[in-house]
Amino acid sequence: MAGDAELRRTVISARDLVKTYGDFNAVDGISFDVPAGESFGLLGPNGAGKSTTMRMIGGVTQRTSGRLDIMGLDPESQGPEVRAHLGVVPQQDNLDEELRVRDNLIVYGRYFGLPRAYLMRRADELLAFAQLEDKAKARVDSLSGGMKRRLTIARSLINDPKILLLDEPTTGLDPQARHVLWDRLFRLKEQGVTLVLTTHYMDEAEQLCDRLIVVDKGKIMAEGSPAALIREHSSREVLEVRFGTDRNAAVAPRLDGAGDRIEVLPDRVLVYTEDGEGSLEQIRARGLHPITSLVRRASLEDVFLRLTGRSLVE
Amino acid sequence: MSEDRHTELLVAHAPEVSAAKARRWGAFYFTEHMLRGMRAYLVTIVVTSVGNPLLYLFSMGVGLASIVDRNPSAHFGGVGYLAYAAPALLVSSAVMTCANEMMFPVMDGFKWRRIYYGPHVTPLVPGQLAAGHVMAVGVRLVVQCTVFFLIVLAFGAAMSPAAWLLIPAGVLSGLAVGTPLMAYAASIQKENFQFSMIQRFIIMPLFLFSGTFYPLETMPSAMQWIGWISPLWHGNELGRFVAIGLTEPAWLVAVHVLYLAALCVFGILWARRNYTKRMGA
Amino acid sequence: MSFLTDEDYVLAADRRPLSALYARNAKAVIERGFQVIRSQNWIILVSGFFEPVFYLLSMGIGLGNLVGAVEGPGGATISYAAYIAPALLAVSAMNGAIYDSTWNIFFKMHFGKLYQSMLYTSLGPFDIALGEIFMALFRGFLYALGFTGVMAVMGLITTPWALLLVPTSVMVAFGFASFGMAITSYMKTFQQMDIITFVMLPMFLFSATFYPLSVYPLPIQWMVEVFPLWHGVELMREISIGSFSSATWVHLAYYVVMILVGMLFTTRRLRALFLR
Repeated sequence: MAGDAELRRTVISARDLVKTYGDFNAVDGISFDVPAGESFGLLGPNGAGKSTTMRMIGGVTQRTSGRLDIMGLDPESQGPEVRAHLGVVPQQDNLDEELRVRDNLIVYGRYFGLPRAYLMRRADELLAFAQLEDKAKARVDSLSGGMKRRLTIARSLINDPKILLLDEPTTGLDPQARHVLWDRLFRLKEQGVTLVLTTHYMDEAEQLCDRLIVVDKGKIMAEGSPAALIREHSSREVLEVRFGTDRNAAVAPRLDGAGDRIEVLPDRVLVYTEDGEGSLEQIRARGLHPITSLVRRASLEDVFLRLTGRSLVE
Repeated sequence: MSEDRHTELLVAHAPEVSAAKARRWGAFYFTEHMLRGMRAYLVTIVVTSVGNPLLYLFSMGVGLASIVDRNPSAHFGGVGYLAYAAPALLVSSAVMTCANEMMFPVMDGFKWRRIYYGPHVTPLVPGQLAAGHVMAVGVRLVVQCTVFFLIVLAFGAAMSPAAWLLIPAGVLSGLAVGTPLMAYAASIQKENFQFSMIQRFIIMPLFLFSGTFYPLETMPSAMQWIGWISPLWHGNELGRFVAIGLTEPAWLVAVHVLYLAALCVFGILWARRNYTKRMGA
Repeated sequence: MSFLTDEDYVLAADRRPLSALYARNAKAVIERGFQVIRSQNWIILVSGFFEPVFYLLSMGIGLGNLVGAVEGPGGATISYAAYIAPALLAVSAMNGAIYDSTWNIFFKMHFGKLYQSMLYTSLGPFDIALGEIFMALFRGFLYALGFTGVMAVMGLITTPWALLLVPTSVMVAFGFASFGMAITSYMKTFQQMDIITFVMLPMFLFSATFYPLSVYPLPIQWMVEVFPLWHGVELMREISIGSFSSATWVHLAYYVVMILVGMLFTTRRLRALFLR
């Protein structure tokens, strides 16, 4: 699959996208291409410009400048045509609170001009998909947060979209619900659906994305597959040591050489290294005894920290 | 960080003192919180406080007067229509404002922005939040009624030297309608248009059928009962009594005051009970 | 669903004019509106009918007893209730249309987030605008029908011309609704929305609803005559007793122009309103 991806047609092509609100640049010159069937991620902290980029792809916000081509069309001048093939899961559920659960799906499908008879059956399928069959007649505001999220995701599939835009799809879901959702997304991917998702969860990006861009302050900081990004911007392992809030900074210079690179955070010191246990031995040999220590595999969090000097989730 | 230890620490009083102060002054602390919140709407409050009296006195006072006063059979205890309508317009505006401040903002405090739940985890108790909310709205009413009164004066529509008593009469009438609404608002879990229904089926009829624009006796007798139970009618009559010296028997004036005061007391007690019940303290 | 190939990912453009804004599917928005009416309590729909009726009862009967008969259009002597009833209908048409095209739109935009979800479908903003205006006019039509019925019961209707009060009321509502949306496109906060109330209230209070314009000094009369509500009030009053003059055409033309300009204005502001 991954090998084929490079050969496939580009379905989303963004060039120098800019979106300005007043004198604030929410998106500041972003370019990327997404081939058909790829699962493409936008990773970055809140306010990085991910959601605005998604909104531009859907043609529901006007871009300040730049070019955008979705399956051969510009979403700004051909909004209805483009969106007919998009499924969208917004960051915040925007279900129709005035309608019941099943009616939410049917009415939403009508916005695509789909026939009522078809939607009756499709709605039931999707309710099963979202495990909400017994809530069909319930009021939306009686659903739990997780149920609302599942209904929003089911709703995004009513038109059998070719491109699915997911903005922080699993934020607020419990771990089990997240895995169920990931499983559903894998299945869609197997059918050739192109996925574009934003997330600030590392594990989600590593699980779901073939390729991603790291975005900060409206700009792209890095691009590549999760594994390649970690290889390029981090070491294989990370040793986290804590000496106490007051001492971390003071001790840090004495850790020089224990790893490839040292990063001092207020609450802990990160040692980037190919061999975490070995580095810890070295530190102990220098007579330093951290209060706690932890060796872990490097993640996209480390990539982000390296690129921006800031943590992803603050 | 380590420098901090050498500098002097900022010290307030002990937690025990906080608890004692909160028990005594807590409601006022929350009043301050609410009043600070109203600053977001300061422009609206100022514009409506000045604009509404001007508009209503011009149109429903001066404008209507031009066709009502022309009719020889219409007389209002010797004063013109403008002077007759002005006190009731002041009282009505206080009632409308208070009703608005006691419906959505209360629901907002419990459900949407949940501003009651911040103070709830401090030494303040729910009854103090209810009292604080009432006092903050009371402050707004005092300001609004004072501005209205000054404009009534400018229109030359306040005859009696006791006319300034319109201000407390307006505030009292507003709270008489507002506090029971507040208690009700605190008791509903989900807003299903109850507030619009109250607006349409209680507040609006009160405004229109409480002798605001003409004496209650002018209406068909089958509809006059609305006035008798309406706090707004009692407020209107009280307002006219103090502002233009409308002849009213002393016992009826006492009934107006007592009825309005009783509604306030009932409303506040009921609201305190509902706040306490809802916030589980 | 079968596997999506590259060929599935090629879309054809739509070359109709306005295709970016309009997908010819306002019907789906209207269907949603009726679905909401069906699933909510009937009293919510019905309650909107009472406000003008309460005004008519209070002012028409109560104040009417004080005022007595007044001079209607063309110099006819009519009861005070008959004088204010058509005016109240015009005011009610204005209020309903303005509420639906300003507050209602603003709220669904910024708080209910309803339009965000609609806009991510193949609907365009113009579909939403048309659908919502239609629903506003439908409600206005129901209330006008009910109010005209109340007038008949109160014996305030003396001519078959009065049947035209209903469509005219819808026309007045259309005039205000078409402008309301465009104006909402400039609003960003609740506080700014209050400006609408500041404009509406004086229009209501000064537009000759409760007494003739002639009580004002001339300059104020001219000012009132510029505003749309006065034309609606006068037109409805003339229709209610079937007494027309050359001014009737002016009032009608005022609304035709208002609707055309308003729709044009709203169409131009659709991007600013929905695609922020």
